[in-house]
Amino acid sequence: MKYNILYILLFCCLYYQGKAQTAKATSGSFALNNATIVTVTKGTIENGSLLIENGKITAVGKNISIPDGATKIDCSGQSIYPGMIDSGTQLGMAEVNAVSLTVDHNEVGDIKPHMQALTAINPNNVAIPVTRVNGVTTVLSVPTGGLIPGTAALINLVGYTPDQMYAGFKGVAINFPTAGKRSRWDRRSEEDRKKEEEKNLKNLNDIWEQATLYAKIDSASQFNKTLRPEYNPQMEAMLPVMRGKMPVLVEVNQEKGILSAIKWIQKNKINAVLTGVAEGWRVAKEIAASNIPVITGPILSIPTRSSDRYDSRYTNAGILHKAGVKVAIRTDDSENVRNLPFNAGFAAAYGMGKEAALKAVTINPAEIFGVADQLGSLEVGKSANLIVTNGDPFETKTQISHLFINGWQVAIDSRHIQLYNEFLDRSPGLKK
Amino acid sequence: MKNNILFFLCLCLAFVGTAQTTGNILIKNGTVLTITNGTLTETDVLIKDGKIKSIGKDLSAGDDTETVDATGLFVMPGIIDAHSHIALDVVNEATSPSTAEVWVGDALDPLDVGIYRALAGGVTISHAMHGSANAIGGQCETIKHRYGTFDPEELRMVGAPRTIKFALGENPMRVHGEGRGILPRTRMGIEQVFRAEFSKGQRYMEAWDTYNKTKGKVTTATAPKYDRRLETMADILRGDIIIHCHSYRADEILMLMNVLKDFGVNRITYQHVNEGFKVAPELAEFGASASVFADWWAYKFEVYYSTAYNAAILTKNGVVTSINSDSGELIRHLYHEAAKTQRYGSLSDEEALSLITINPAKQLGIDKRVGSIEEGKEGDIAIFNAHPLSIYAIPQMTIIDGLVYFDIKKDANDMRVDINPEEAEPMFMMESKAHDHANDACMEGVSEQLHKH
Repeated sequence: MKYNILYILLFCCLYYQGKAQTAKATSGSFALNNATIVTVTKGTIENGSLLIENGKITAVGKNISIPDGATKIDCSGQSIYPGMIDSGTQLGMAEVNAVSLTVDHNEVGDIKPHMQALTAINPNNVAIPVTRVNGVTTVLSVPTGGLIPGTAALINLVGYTPDQMYAGFKGVAINFPTAGKRSRWDRRSEEDRKKEEEKNLKNLNDIWEQATLYAKIDSASQFNKTLRPEYNPQMEAMLPVMRGKMPVLVEVNQEKGILSAIKWIQKNKINAVLTGVAEGWRVAKEIAASNIPVITGPILSIPTRSSDRYDSRYTNAGILHKAGVKVAIRTDDSENVRNLPFNAGFAAAYGMGKEAALKAVTINPAEIFGVADQLGSLEVGKSANLIVTNGDPFETKTQISHLFINGWQVAIDSRHIQLYNEFLDRSPGLKK
Repeated sequence: MKNNILFFLCLCLAFVGTAQTTGNILIKNGTVLTITNGTLTETDVLIKDGKIKSIGKDLSAGDDTETVDATGLFVMPGIIDAHSHIALDVVNEATSPSTAEVWVGDALDPLDVGIYRALAGGVTISHAMHGSANAIGGQCETIKHRYGTFDPEELRMVGAPRTIKFALGENPMRVHGEGRGILPRTRMGIEQVFRAEFSKGQRYMEAWDTYNKTKGKVTTATAPKYDRRLETMADILRGDIIIHCHSYRADEILMLMNVLKDFGVNRITYQHVNEGFKVAPELAEFGASASVFADWWAYKFEVYYSTAYNAAILTKNGVVTSINSDSGELIRHLYHEAAKTQRYGSLSDEEALSLITINPAKQLGIDKRVGSIEEGKEGDIAIFNAHPLSIYAIPQMTIIDGLVYFDIKKDANDMRVDINPEEAEPMFMMESKAHDHANDACMEGVSEQLHKH
């Protein structure tokens, strides 16, 4: 009897521990059977199976052998898609954006490549479970503010430490100088905006010169430590960029700015990705000719010019794709990164097509970030980042029934779902 | 000379008389989502003189009536946004905790390109609201998106009930308490703003009622001093004005219901009302309705404990609920915002579409005129190429009072006021990013003032 009570207490403790965030993730071998498998890179398999072992996809196909002990999940009538990748967010870096002490993406200063997004990722950020239950399993978290906001990091949305979450890509973010207005309330005159653009461009070029020199001296000092340059955290952070080992994410949105960014990238022979690119549709040919990939979004946003058709942001990704640009889609959001599938859906509807839009949130970002051996499609050997749905993952009413990230089976649970369960039929209701 | 002036006046009158024009149109063979009477396939809708004259099969109209072939298309009532700030020159009169005397109807801007963008999302009516800087903000205006006019008068939905903006929580606390060092700095202070203004309004109303009864009978009867702010409060007490209250937290929602009970006021729609789900039974019992975001949350602290299932919980608890935009961006895809209640809470198609049609119409007191496709109602229609709750749906045509205001096939350049891209300054709208919505659109125009303090 005593033991029974003890068990009940123990159970209660465990139960409430589980309730603190969301239910625990589990690992092991999983066989997802009788599913429509949308591999993205190798076609669609009807009524197939997918095997997950040790965090990896170990078999995909029609007649694969399921090892004893694998947890079998019947996916009849359901589809498996790769987990979606959001190529530009502040997820995990802010709890409440209006409360500055909870915001960790915008450090003081203008030149801060040494600010590491990965350092500021809070694995217990409340928006992370909210995001992943909508099928987004991987995001790029990007610092904000200044000419060089910091170093972005790609993370998987499972884990209790940033290192556990890290998905193998970092890149230095740059806000490329432009003379465009920041918003309707930007009161700077056209002249002032142009002056600031020139000043910032000169600043950027100076930094680049300095970083080039710093890298050269640093290389030379490998053989003679006395030659080492005085420690400079900004320049240290730029070393992998100068050595071509780390790409630069060049944020630029205005037509003219896009063209000058391309020139700047080519002149300095930089391994770069263009981000934002809201007016890319105006210069799609030039972007395609440069062979620089593009991360664009949010798709659900208003035109940059009052002269534009209402849908210029909806159609942008499709126009770039058709011009031959490799396109990835981002939300540029923090708490509503869960809207990534809907951003992709709008791009699909407005000219991009479903197939290309699906690639823009799976294999394209994986390739752009150099992690296509791990992420972005359902192939043997890749990380098991995938979702099981009752239909098209972009369609608004679609429900996701199973979620795997890095091979972990993650519960379909979040604060939003918990509040729904508690308050749908509130108890006590009206009675005291 | 006198005659000339008379002639000119007559001309003006004629102009005013024809200001709000109506049209005839026959929409053939569409899938008609009536909202209040189910879905009718291969059905025609005939609009005559701006009103829905008949709904049925094989309808015909005179040769002079424009016909739209809606074969394979979805026909729904024009979408209604119960919370927007488009078509306004100014949003906030942030100078006092109560500014009940001001009216955004005095600051309508018919040239706002936001109206065109809303039309392109199937939205025919919006509730152009005062902002949320003050506990008692200004009066609002229900407008029809008659884009293309230069005359603000033409935007008004004549006959729509008067409405007023109230606001609870952080915004009035920041503007007045933090920004100006006056009450309210807390949610306690906000309650007292309402109690004071309603009490003053009640006395003002009684004084006028007494005067009106004795006027002409008692020689000493003198009129009380006219005060437009208190006159407005009196009109709320009389039930002539519907309150639309910016609110987030459950506690403040309950507070205002208690205040309204004490003053016998019952016409209220809570706006945003992110924690409405926590007090859904109380809202339903009071008869208050709710106008919410589909999924916005965590942009400020008072919306941290939100859920995207809010609309579903409210709906299933019997609260008349709508989904609004409060944004020049979201207003363009309210059909998609409504569809999110199917992901978050599995609402039926009809329930989800009601959130952007008949329910906001009820909240604005215009449900007898618009919000569903019924004979006798006004000819406000949105036509889509797929079911409007599908992510792949694209609005094709938007009709108001039988006149086409948006047609995707004839989306001419002059739909925008600026048509030369070189002359239109490119802007990279901070407000298009949800997480820059720390101030929300309701706070438009007051952030600079806050920074000064």
